[in-house]
Amino acid sequence: MPVSDSPQPLVSDRKGLAPGLSGIWGTALATVLILLMLGLLLWIVAVNAFGWFWPVPVWQVEERNGTVHIGAEVGREAIPGPDGAEPFYRLQFKVGNRDLDGRDFVWIDEAEIRSKGRPGDLVRIVRSEYGDAFGRIAGATSSDGGAVEVGEPDVLAEFLAAGKNARAERARLETRLSDARRPLTNLEEALDLLERSANAKTASGQERVVALSAEVEKLAIELRPTLDEIQGGLDALAGDLAAAHLKLVAGDARFEVPLSNVIEVSWPNRMGFAGKLAAAVRHGVLFLVTEPREANTEGGIAPALFGTVLLVLLMSVAVVPLGVITAVYMTEYARHGFLLRLANQAVNNLAGVPSIVFGMFGLAFFIYGVGGSIDRAFFADRLPTPTFGTGGLLWASLTLALLTVPVVVVATREGLLAVPRSWREGSLALGATRWQTLRRIIIPAAMPGILTGLILAVSRAAGEVAPLMLTGAVKLAPSLPVDGSAPFLHLQRKFMHLGFHIYDVSMQSPNVEAAKPMAFATTLVLLLLVVLMNLGAIVIRRRLRRAYRGQSV
Amino acid sequence: MSQSEDFALASHDLDFYYGEVQALKKINLEIPQHRITALIGPSGCGKSTFLRCFNRMNDMIEGVRVEGRVLVEDEDIYAPGVNLELLRKRVGMVFQKSNPFPMSIRENVNYGPRMGGVRGRDRLDEIVERSLKQADLWVEVKDRLDGSALDLSGGQQQRLCIARTLANQPGILLLDEPASALDPISTAKIEETLLQLKENYTILIVTHNLQQAARVADHTAFFMLGELVEFSDTTTMFTNPNEKITEEYITGRFG
Ligand SMILES: Nc1ncnc2c1ncn2[C@@H]1O[C@H](COP(=O)(O)OP(=O)(O)O)[C@@H](O)[C@H]1O
Ligand SMILES: [Mg+2]
Repeated sequence: MPVSDSPQPLVSDRKGLAPGLSGIWGTALATVLILLMLGLLLWIVAVNAFGWFWPVPVWQVEERNGTVHIGAEVGREAIPGPDGAEPFYRLQFKVGNRDLDGRDFVWIDEAEIRSKGRPGDLVRIVRSEYGDAFGRIAGATSSDGGAVEVGEPDVLAEFLAAGKNARAERARLETRLSDARRPLTNLEEALDLLERSANAKTASGQERVVALSAEVEKLAIELRPTLDEIQGGLDALAGDLAAAHLKLVAGDARFEVPLSNVIEVSWPNRMGFAGKLAAAVRHGVLFLVTEPREANTEGGIAPALFGTVLLVLLMSVAVVPLGVITAVYMTEYARHGFLLRLANQAVNNLAGVPSIVFGMFGLAFFIYGVGGSIDRAFFADRLPTPTFGTGGLLWASLTLALLTVPVVVVATREGLLAVPRSWREGSLALGATRWQTLRRIIIPAAMPGILTGLILAVSRAAGEVAPLMLTGAVKLAPSLPVDGSAPFLHLQRKFMHLGFHIYDVSMQSPNVEAAKPMAFATTLVLLLLVVLMNLGAIVIRRRLRRAYRGQSV
Repeated sequence: MSQSEDFALASHDLDFYYGEVQALKKINLEIPQHRITALIGPSGCGKSTFLRCFNRMNDMIEGVRVEGRVLVEDEDIYAPGVNLELLRKRVGMVFQKSNPFPMSIRENVNYGPRMGGVRGRDRLDEIVERSLKQADLWVEVKDRLDGSALDLSGGQQQRLCIARTLANQPGILLLDEPASALDPISTAKIEETLLQLKENYTILIVTHNLQQAARVADHTAFFMLGELVEFSDTTTMFTNPNEKITEEYITGRFG
């Protein structure tokens, strides 16, 4: 075989870095740094969040002056001694029992501690009011007023289980009651609207009001027995639950916790690893599926999680057609020239506009402009109470769609431009129209690009908070935007959002310190949600890419 | 052997411009029906441009201008109000680089009829089978009609593109160097297919390969620098050309 006779040997015996290698090292270092920072961020968030779900020991601490505290240790900080002397430490305990003295935490100087231990009989009670309670169970009273033998583990367990069942039954009955009452509620609302409407004054309007009132009355009478029965059951349960209570002792304090408030009783000091793991998982799941309590400092994040997912879905539904149509027009139809360049510039610059500006635009254009007009045209009888003329899910998702449309346009344009010319020509040469070619060949082939745009849009939208504060995210929404009453999806409703929830919990909460782990846990959920949504889109895109293998799409 | 010839395609005083650049100059040519006509000439002489005038594929390029008349079966296809989709169904085209769509073989072949409004699985399958048989591909792919067209070999892909074009029953077939990227065996298969199709189709083929022109074409046109230098039956062209420059090209002294 002939060998190339180039003067430079292929195998170099030069020592040290090959030319260009230092550049590679530089970029590798930068990548590693970024990854490290990302990892650190995830670590901080995850440790703080998991630490909250993981059952921690309950300590009993006795100070030198004889005061006894019961609670979970949550912090330790150094206090510098006077002029250069050894620092000393103080410990922070979460003692709960907010109903006693209003404070959740105490700081104790380490030097002041006489003894510290974790006896197995200390309990942590998660309550639906006043946050956690710590202490010892000293006794219990059943609903009929009799004392419960709490010294017997079986008796106590049975007592607690009965309470749990009663609470579940109460929740079930409450749902049944509102379900049973829904037809009546709907009818009453209709009547209310009719009475307040402008033409209620006319003769025919009066007639309809009278007819509807009669209908409401009839239905009320019809439903009365059912409603009364459910209500009766509820009242009995509530009475039982309120009467039964646990007697708790914490240090000098003795207090009672009604069974109706008890969500969970646990003995963390007695738990083995498996028990703790199970508890942590249970706490995690509860966090995801329950509603917040106590001004968002306790309970779960279900409505915020739901609101975020729904918001992003609605945003996607709006942004994909908007972005794709824009990109298709710019790429396939618009004539090359000044206007197209201008439009391109506009799209590129739109991506750089601060998001709060979009929020302002949403407020001015969607809410005051479009929403106000809708209210004047269709909901005049409810004014001055706004229906669409106030922040809500629809306006927030449209604002986000506007915010993210540039990335969809840019990615879609790239996808469209990457579709081989030969496919367009082939389709046209077979007698397909331009529209058919677009729909059957070009758009499907540009789908990976479109999905890339959607992925970027979703990532950006899911983490965006600023514009939502102006367009409808709230601290506590009275009802979910989706429920059982027609039209099921209530786009005008205010909603909760994970990002806003994080801000609210960590900055606006009445008890910032107690809510800190909750903020981290919410952050973790938001992060995981974004990752999950991205993974979903990436999987779809990979499937599509496989269909076009070998082509430069 | 040549009876009174009908013309399927014709150009009269055809001038073609890419912006300011004139790519075709006063081309007058009549392409006989049910014959294979080859276009030869050095690259850049305007063969593809000329070919693409007959199904108006040049329309896609911005800034082009056409003067003169282009006739397809006696109709002026650059007249206002011409239905481009119908024209392209009647004048099918196969490109230099095979361009199967990223779909199944079946969907590729019935794409044209489907876009033209043909419905019904049975009818479409009939068309698929007939077209693939005509393009001599049926035996090779009949068991994998629903497999991706992109999995076929280069030669098979080009024959698939021929089948796809035939599915429209075009009557006229334009081929732009259809075998230039293929191996000799695939090339031979395609040439065989063309010879079989000749009975029912008017075929206009651009080729860079003079032997190919000699093998398949009844008539040959020689282009040079945007002008039609010579047009005659293939035997004459290759044995006894009128123009000196044609002879020089054919004997390989340039190009
Ligand atoms: N899209 C185009 N824009 C501008 N000039 C073109 C374009 N396509 C072809 N040309 C020019 O027109 C002339 C003829 O090209 P073409 O018909 O492709 O030649 P051939 O197929 O014979 O090689 C060449 O000079 C080429 O540079
Ligand atoms: Mg060419």
